Amino acid sequence: MAGVQVANVSRSFGAHKALDNVSIDFADGGFYALLGPSGSGKTTLLRQIAGFDFPDAGRIAIGGESVERVPVEKRRIGMVFQNYALFPNMSVADNVAFGLSVRGEPKATIATEVQRALDLVQLGKLGGRKPHQLSGGQRQRVALARAIVTKPRVLLLDEPLGALDKALRVDMQIELKRIQREIGITTIFVTHDQEEALTMSDRIGILRDGQVVQEGPPEEIYDRPQSEFAATFLGDANIFRGDATGSGIKLPDGTTIKASTGTSVPAGAKASCAVRPERIRISTGAAKPDPANANTLKGQVSKRIFAGNNSTYFVDRDGQTLKVIVQNTGAERLAEGQPVVLSWSPDSTVLIAAA
Amino acid sequence: MADQLAIGSRRGLKPALPLLLPAYLWLTVAIFLPLSAMVFFSFMTDLPLAGKEWSFTLGNYAAFFSQSLYSTLLFASLRLGLEVTLWCVVIGYPAAYVLAKVLKGRSREAIFLLVILPFWSNGLVRIFSWAMVLREGGILDTALNAVLPFKINIDLMYSYPAVIIGLVHSYVPYMVLTCYLTLQAIDNSLIEAGRSLGASRLQVLWRVIIPLSMPGLIAGAALIFVPVVGSFMEPRILGGRTGTFYGTVIEDQFVAVFNWPLGAALSFILLAVVLIILALAAPVLRRAG
Repeated sequence: MAGVQVANVSRSFGAHKALDNVSIDFADGGFYALLGPSGSGKTTLLRQIAGFDFPDAGRIAIGGESVERVPVEKRRIGMVFQNYALFPNMSVADNVAFGLSVRGEPKATIATEVQRALDLVQLGKLGGRKPHQLSGGQRQRVALARAIVTKPRVLLLDEPLGALDKALRVDMQIELKRIQREIGITTIFVTHDQEEALTMSDRIGILRDGQVVQEGPPEEIYDRPQSEFAATFLGDANIFRGDATGSGIKLPDGTTIKASTGTSVPAGAKASCAVRPERIRISTGAAKPDPANANTLKGQVSKRIFAGNNSTYFVDRDGQTLKVIVQNTGAERLAEGQPVVLSWSPDSTVLIAAA
Repeated sequence: MADQLAIGSRRGLKPALPLLLPAYLWLTVAIFLPLSAMVFFSFMTDLPLAGKEWSFTLGNYAAFFSQSLYSTLLFASLRLGLEVTLWCVVIGYPAAYVLAKVLKGRSREAIFLLVILPFWSNGLVRIFSWAMVLREGGILDTALNAVLPFKINIDLMYSYPAVIIGLVHSYVPYMVLTCYLTLQAIDNSLIEAGRSLGASRLQVLWRVIIPLSMPGLIAGAALIFVPVVGSFMEPRILGGRTGTFYGTVIEDQFVAVFNWPLGAALSFILLAVVLIILALAAPVLRRAG
């Protein structure tokens, strides 16, 4: 096992900068998600770490050893591909055995290791099948067993759950996490699914246009996003834009919003505030002054979406539609068109310097 | 897939008949009838032309077994087919690989055109242009002597290598095309998966790409081997006196000796031998694929 250091890596394809001075430190044994929209450079970064492509500039180290010019077959990595990439001409066992076999391991060792890897992914009895006889989830497990049986230093996963249906995906998330803990391998996981990134990883790196927008544990990025992009890409957020006052922002209509988390922005500069929909309280009566929920706004419910355990209210206010998520506690539901008061705490308000 | 099968079986063959009929009518008229006539001829003592006497005989087939010349020539032709097929694999497969996996866009189209171009020229013209290249004082001889500091004589004309060169040139596009199609269908992520597991490029080629492109190799080999074994034009023009093969002997029976019954019999023996070879090779090749 080993950590992975990516330092100042850049890679261009023609005029397009796929990676622009990217630096991330992947800790040994950690589960790391690279999250970003398509075209953000997350897959390019994974391919640089794997060695399918070499960076134009910068350094990549696996376990402290510089590898940026080492070809993929010498990097001792394990990779799981989006479409699984199982060899269709080989049985499940031969697929898993491939890495050990090209290395020239003795047959008996290969057989033992293959069986152990298949047992680990709970496919111990299916070694004799061909890939086309397996379900999507089973192929996924075979791909994982094949990637880890060679005891790689790093496990790289390129949107491995993208092709599975929702229920299976949740199962595989749990399974993948269990296996990763069991063997303690440094894992780097590319996904565009924010929920997957949140539930599975120890740390998340959000990429956009080839740059790292923000990097840290999921809770930190969710609670203290440093940009409007991070706030809206990882989870939902209501964004207010205005001028910084020193303790929050002043909206164009004169309303002030107090913020006590996030970066400090000098008074007068352009700034935004981000508030998560579930942090906002919605009520019909006149707001009682409450220091814990010092930010208040008036608005009108324009739409309600009932989702069983919660409801999402869309509240119109001065040309802006705000989103509020309310847990279903059995309390009275608000009708569309009803005037309401929204209130929330400055602690839940993240101040973001304008880009 | 299951749905399609269900629909097919429910409707049966009837709705498909108007679609199948033209092709099968054509095949019947253009291939089955003349071939049947040939089978008929092969059992006759002479052609029933100009009131000649004729009767049924097995003599034409017996001739193949009684005269060792025919089996010797058949053997030479089979060897020729094997060699030409091997050269087509050696030359065509790498080209197909580069076309399918390395080149993209415009450059792929351009190279593809170069592969297909020979198909658009007349076969006889192609062979005679090789004659210009291969003879002493020809293009190859002159060009090599212009470049090399010492004098060499290149006269490949009327030799076994000339026949091989001409046939490989005529048939290599089949190998390129069939291999290109199967290589094209191999997902690049399979190659990447192999390399991520520690396999060198050569190991990936040997253990993943070649087995997966086996259907293309087999199809190409069958398309080449069968006509080359019966070929007569290239051996005759490029081989001269060394170019006597089974195919040229058959041709002689039809155009020179006018012994159609013997020519037909020799043709069907060739057909039988080729079918037996393909049948024997099929299970072995299928397992390799």
